[in-house]
Amino acid sequence: MAISNAKLRELYEQMLLIRVFETAAEREYKAARIGGYCHLSSGQEAATVGATYALDAEDLLVTGYRCHGFALARGVPPEAVMAELFGRSGGCAHGRGGSMHLLDVAVGYYGGWGIVAGQLPIATGLALGLVRQKRQQCVLCELGDGAVNMGAWHESLNLAAVWRLPVVFLVMNNEYGMGTSVERASAVTDLHRRAAAFGLPAERVDGDDLLAVIEAASTLLSGARNDRQAAVLELVTYRYRGHSVADPGLAYRTSEEIAEHVKHDPLNRVRALLSETGVGDDELDAIALEVDQSVATAIAASLASPPPPVSELARGMYAPGSAAQFARMLAGAPFGERELVFAGGLGE
Amino acid sequence: MSRTDTVVREETADALASASEVMTYRDALRLALREELQRDEHVFIMGEEVGVFDGAYKVTAGLLEEFGPERVRDTPISEEGFVGAGVGAAMLGERPVVEIMTINFLLVAMDQVVNHAAKIGAMFGGEVRCPLVIRTPNGAGNQLTAQHSQSFEVWFAGTPGLKVLAPASPADAKGLLKSAIRDDDPVLLVENLAIYKERGAVPLDPEFLTPIGLANVARTGSDITLVAHSYATVRALHVAEALARDHGVDAEVVDLRSLRPLDVDTVVASVAKTNRAVCIEEGWPTYGVTAELAARIQKACFDELDAPVERVGMAEVPLPYAKELETAALPGADRIEAAVLATLGLRA
Ligand SMILES: Cc1ncc(C[n+]2csc(CCOP(=O)(O)OP(=O)(O)O)c2C)c(N)n1
Ligand SMILES: [Mg+2]
Repeated sequence: MAISNAKLRELYEQMLLIRVFETAAEREYKAARIGGYCHLSSGQEAATVGATYALDAEDLLVTGYRCHGFALARGVPPEAVMAELFGRSGGCAHGRGGSMHLLDVAVGYYGGWGIVAGQLPIATGLALGLVRQKRQQCVLCELGDGAVNMGAWHESLNLAAVWRLPVVFLVMNNEYGMGTSVERASAVTDLHRRAAAFGLPAERVDGDDLLAVIEAASTLLSGARNDRQAAVLELVTYRYRGHSVADPGLAYRTSEEIAEHVKHDPLNRVRALLSETGVGDDELDAIALEVDQSVATAIAASLASPPPPVSELARGMYAPGSAAQFARMLAGAPFGERELVFAGGLGE
Repeated sequence: MSRTDTVVREETADALASASEVMTYRDALRLALREELQRDEHVFIMGEEVGVFDGAYKVTAGLLEEFGPERVRDTPISEEGFVGAGVGAAMLGERPVVEIMTINFLLVAMDQVVNHAAKIGAMFGGEVRCPLVIRTPNGAGNQLTAQHSQSFEVWFAGTPGLKVLAPASPADAKGLLKSAIRDDDPVLLVENLAIYKERGAVPLDPEFLTPIGLANVARTGSDITLVAHSYATVRALHVAEALARDHGVDAEVVDLRSLRPLDVDTVVASVAKTNRAVCIEEGWPTYGVTAELAARIQKACFDELDAPVERVGMAEVPLPYAKELETAALPGADRIEAAVLATLGLRA
């Protein structure tokens, strides 16, 4: 895949941003400034950045809950992502969604979703919407290796195939769904082969090889965009940290196994490519400094952003104009309900 | 209160007095599972991460080692598949205890529970039974956000053909789980994320069973009745202590323990004595458990009531992430106390 040196440098910076961001998120979680579940994608940067890079500006993206990296790669500002993790008004979902439910419609990112495989039918529907609106774009739908055993996977692939929908299902095969290895969960462990059941093209590539990811993703996404050919892309990668920050991640795998993967770190591989093209240590240091600064700025901005006001508890729940419909539900409302939900005008 | 209820309560008190040990709710559930696995070879466990990972919330920790993979079966992420497999195995007289990681994920298996398991007894004229147990925690409070903070046991409690239990104490966790496993019908046992670490005395007698369909007067009082289940009972008990201390109010707390069958007799006897009731639930009150209670109480206690039955529950919004919003939305002590004082006419 031909890619300019400047582009490669930019993608490296994105990958590093994700790594540094995730490290900071883990620290902030442990300092109790981030709550809920917090799923990190350290180790999966090449797959995340490569696949997202292959999207056109107008294409759409949908992911599961391990979504900080995808949001950043798609161009959601780091401070909007971090502020969401901090539960502040400045977050990309106004502090309502947290780590698992990032979103930024302006860049075509239609959400991080928390129910395993729940996002697959939705991505399929976004693709249907694109077709109905005669827009020549496509949808990239991220899911984990664990999600392929849900009924929604089979139903979505079949719909995408019979209706010729422009969607690529991106299986981030990081070898585990929580503590369950792919071998223990799936009868066919070469997950992309399942696409054959629906006559869909599929590829399995080394997800830690940035250029290979870009090449495969570009091919399949342009097939979706130009020929309405749905497809499956399996990227084989590895998550360094536990399932979420709360999981030490060692009950079901050994530290040797993790160390083995770290040896082939995707960031090091891109760094080696950059060196070959003559990028020196000075420049790499400068990139690292820039990235550190942007994460520090994101944290500072998040701390400065106010928490969402309780008076806006119901913000966004219903479309504008709905408050009048609910007005006659006040009589006999449960205790506190008026103040908490209705008084906020249902978020209008 | 009927004579049999009194006898059962005295037996429970006896069991507690004889040989008991203080342990967590989580350990009490595990004790019930271990005893039943030992007692009946047809009992087996299945669910995501119940084996190698020791359970997402560590309820099944150590059981794989003790009973082996045939009795403690890790599943892929396929709730509809393995809940349905539980239904089928149960029809042959097996006694599957299926763990669903949290109640939120039970929705993808709802069809198997509501359309299949619940129908078997009646639809086939009593020709075949389905002694299935589904265990799963409900609850909110750790910023797990909209898709992971729900308590919709009432949806199942509204389904004829199912039994729905919701223990609030370690002793009842053990006693009700054992009763559920020995019961010949499909039983949903709702646990709770926040109660797992609560401690209490648990009878060690392997024949200690908490009867299905019998509420517990968890605190006796004369001024007002608080009716609750699951974590709302824990909240109610704390509020009752605060009310006694700060306001000289003597509240009775009725812990439902069982939602279907619902022990209306015990609730009505209490309200007939105190003349006032506040019903509390962790989930949304509209069409909720408290709605059912309010209807039953006003019908049975119309002449005894000195104030309208009040209800407190989760604010009717998908639970937001930000801590400030989450706290405001949950039925916290402040909201329960305010509802009690208002019902007593001590505060507007
Ligand atoms: C339907 C459903 N079941 C269970 C869960 C709990 N859960 C959250 S993530 C996860 C593992 C998913 O693994 P995988 O798809 O491989 O994604 P990864 O976490 O590795 O990115 C499980 C079991 C859930 N969120 N939704
Ligand atoms: Mg995985």
